[in-house]
Amino acid sequence: MSSAFHRFANPARFMRYSAVILPWSLWITAALIAVGLYLALFVAPADYQQGDSVRIMFVHVPAAWMALFVYTNMAVASAVALIWRHPLAHIAAHGSAPIGACFTLIALVTGSLWGKPMWGTWWVWDARLTSVLVLFFLYLGYIALADAFDDGAKGAKAAAILALVGFVNVPIIKFSVEWWNTLHQPASVIKMGGPSIHASMLVPLVIMALGFTTFFVAVLILRMRAAIVGAKLRTLQIALIERGA
Amino acid sequence: MNEFFAMGGYAAYVWPALAVTAMVMAGIYIQSHRALHAREVELDALQQARAEAEPEESHGAET
Repeated sequence: MSSAFHRFANPARFMRYSAVILPWSLWITAALIAVGLYLALFVAPADYQQGDSVRIMFVHVPAAWMALFVYTNMAVASAVALIWRHPLAHIAAHGSAPIGACFTLIALVTGSLWGKPMWGTWWVWDARLTSVLVLFFLYLGYIALADAFDDGAKGAKAAAILALVGFVNVPIIKFSVEWWNTLHQPASVIKMGGPSIHASMLVPLVIMALGFTTFFVAVLILRMRAAIVGAKLRTLQIALIERGA
Repeated sequence: MNEFFAMGGYAAYVWPALAVTAMVMAGIYIQSHRALHAREVELDALQQARAEAEPEESHGAET
């Protein structure tokens, strides 16, 4: 177990594998989002209560799922970075944060655009909306903290602790629609007793969510490769300066 | 076709929602791609400069 773990935590090996995975993840993303959008806009029916405004769901819900999924990913990577000090774990957590912030922003803006015609308001300070706004600020705080120290290792450690402490917000978001009164509708896909949403809407929703997941993989690979190349660059620059002196 | 773009009267909400999603996702992708590319170019240039400055130190073991 731990040997397999170490094998994937090796940066040189990561560079080799990720170079193979990257183009595949981009092509799969393009295909999934093309099929998902086609089904969402042309095949899925209008909702009997919400009409065509329900089509916002096909980007809003996958983005909101990704906001939570990416944060969970970041918290796990941060725990691995703190406990086992794997060289790639912090790079993975740090690379995830801006992508998660983007998905959270999409969930907030599209939710607002869906809320205006359905609830009659762009925003309410209820538990679900407020806790997702807190998630957005946690992402921004993580990014700011990780880059706030001259000593990169200190910033990495502080940011990892913030990611772990902030994880308490993830179950709060998930269950906020059950624990508190809210305008936001309760879960209709990931819940006890199975999804209560019709297949004509569930299928495009799941395809879009898979497309967003492979998109996350592709962008995370780009950001992790940039971090590894950046580290190599710094090492080389320091070596050149020392030789010159 | 016009009926499709009208989105049952919700065009003003559906299309901006899709546009924001596309713009934010394209934005993070392009930014990430450019950052990686810029560093790869810089690393290549630096490695080439080092190889040219000290040809006697370059050996086959480093690939």
